[in-house]
Amino acid sequence: MISKEEVLKIAKLARLELSEKEVGRMQKDLSSILDYFDILKKAPKVAKVARAIQRENVLRRDEAKEKRSTMAGDLIQAAPDKKDGYIKVKQIL
Amino acid sequence: MNLLDLTITQLHEGFKKKQFTSIEVTKAYLNQIKKTDGKIGAYLAVTEKLALEQAEEADKKIAKSGDFPMLCGVPCAIKDNILVEGEKATAASKILENYVAPYDATVITKLKEQGTVILGKTNLDEFAMGVSTENSAFKVTKNPHDTSRVSGGSSGGPAAAVAAQEAVYTLGTDTGGSIRLPASFCGVVGLNPTYGAVSRYGAIALASSLDQIGPIAKTVEDAKIIFKAISGKDSMDATSANYQFSNSNCQLKGLRIGVPKEYFAKGIDPAVEKIVRNAIKKAEEAGAKIVEISLPSTEYAIACYYIIVPAEASANLARYDGIKYGLSESAESLLDGYVKSRGAGFGAEPKRRILVGTYVLSSGYYDAYYKKAQEVRELIKQDFKKVFEKVDVIFTPTSPVPAFKIGEKSNDPLAMYLMDAYTGPVKLAGIPAISIPAGTIGKLPVGLQIIGNYFEENKILDIASQMEKML
Repeated sequence: MISKEEVLKIAKLARLELSEKEVGRMQKDLSSILDYFDILKKAPKVAKVARAIQRENVLRRDEAKEKRSTMAGDLIQAAPDKKDGYIKVKQIL
Repeated sequence: MNLLDLTITQLHEGFKKKQFTSIEVTKAYLNQIKKTDGKIGAYLAVTEKLALEQAEEADKKIAKSGDFPMLCGVPCAIKDNILVEGEKATAASKILENYVAPYDATVITKLKEQGTVILGKTNLDEFAMGVSTENSAFKVTKNPHDTSRVSGGSSGGPAAAVAAQEAVYTLGTDTGGSIRLPASFCGVVGLNPTYGAVSRYGAIALASSLDQIGPIAKTVEDAKIIFKAISGKDSMDATSANYQFSNSNCQLKGLRIGVPKEYFAKGIDPAVEKIVRNAIKKAEEAGAKIVEISLPSTEYAIACYYIIVPAEASANLARYDGIKYGLSESAESLLDGYVKSRGAGFGAEPKRRILVGTYVLSSGYYDAYYKKAQEVRELIKQDFKKVFEKVDVIFTPTSPVPAFKIGEKSNDPLAMYLMDAYTGPVKLAGIPAISIPAGTIGKLPVGLQIIGNYFEENKILDIASQMEKML
């Protein structure tokens, strides 16, 4: 069983607030899910893993693309906190 | 003639012959939604104003020329994790409850160019994480064949909307089975395209090495028309492939059909097996050669999938920070703002997956989980590669069981995960598969899954269409 401290540590890394009740629930759920993953120990070894998705580099010229003029405004509009057409964030320094 | 019964081709012919207008068809669907969706819960938002404007435009196009696109004037609905400009796109999450899409997804741009009519946005499991729509933050979509049961997921809204005649067709997304599973539960057709066949620009990301957009429709022919319309290279999605649909003329006669023994093992409902075996027998009678095959890594697929998906999801969902868009909780510091907004905005399943994903990627666990999962993914790919040297297509059940009761599995995340057993491996390999109705157990539909090799959608659509006539 995963400890309460472990759940809290992962939650902190993931920037996720959990209630006391959620921590208990996640302890239980994560433990059973991680136990299930043990089945992979039986799987044969693989010498070389190709990339998950075989792709060639997709390149393009570094050019500005024409977008409708209201697009920037619409994107800013979605931000919960904004001022003068800018997204406002908390002071970090 | 009931307008709601007509397929895309029948509507197209009807428009051509001036038997009815797009406005009439659109109103018939809006009316049906009003009448039945209270009971089903397929829609999160009905975009009536947009639909009527688009229908009017379509009617003008139709009146002007006898040669208009197949989807012109045809009313559809869109899964709510795909952006339609000016409409809400919630991904069925509280964290995006009030988010309005600032642009169209590429698939929507393509559908709009054809002149389709958008009736609304449909329900899903939050961020497409689930197999039943019970993880939606807003409502559960019920199965139109039995409202005490789930519609499947995560595209439960799109599948139920087609089954309840609340849309001619819908777009869903498939990461581990999210188009095919609900299509099988609701008795409709669902196509998961090859990874890269359809642009994902404007689809809200779950797991980027797996996500694909695809059609849910009444018939195989309809699914093909929609797939043709939405597929192809897009400069806005670097993972989209240089792919163009071409017609094939693949026949059951002489076709080699692989039947993997691992898909008929422990855990399958005998009634499901009987229906799918019967479909296989019919294919054989039509001249196909049935080959028993083995996909030996199948038993590892779910564990592999539920490491890779949470890992990718934990990274993709890092963007919900309460700053750029979405729910924002007030806090003293920047860090507190992140932690509180995400804590308040995400439901139980996204939280679970973010935690699992963060765990398997964290120092000390990466090799045992994430790296191992990537290795197993390679094994699964090799399994399919080997098999496709011997057979043309693979037949399996879409799901080991028919639609289950609402609430039956909701406290057991692992039981939910196992529902992806027959649909997940296809995704890990990146190949296409379609689910078509194969029969019913009582009222409950059962799906036949037809799996093809990379970019052989044309082939599986041909075969599905011939099977559809016999089932």
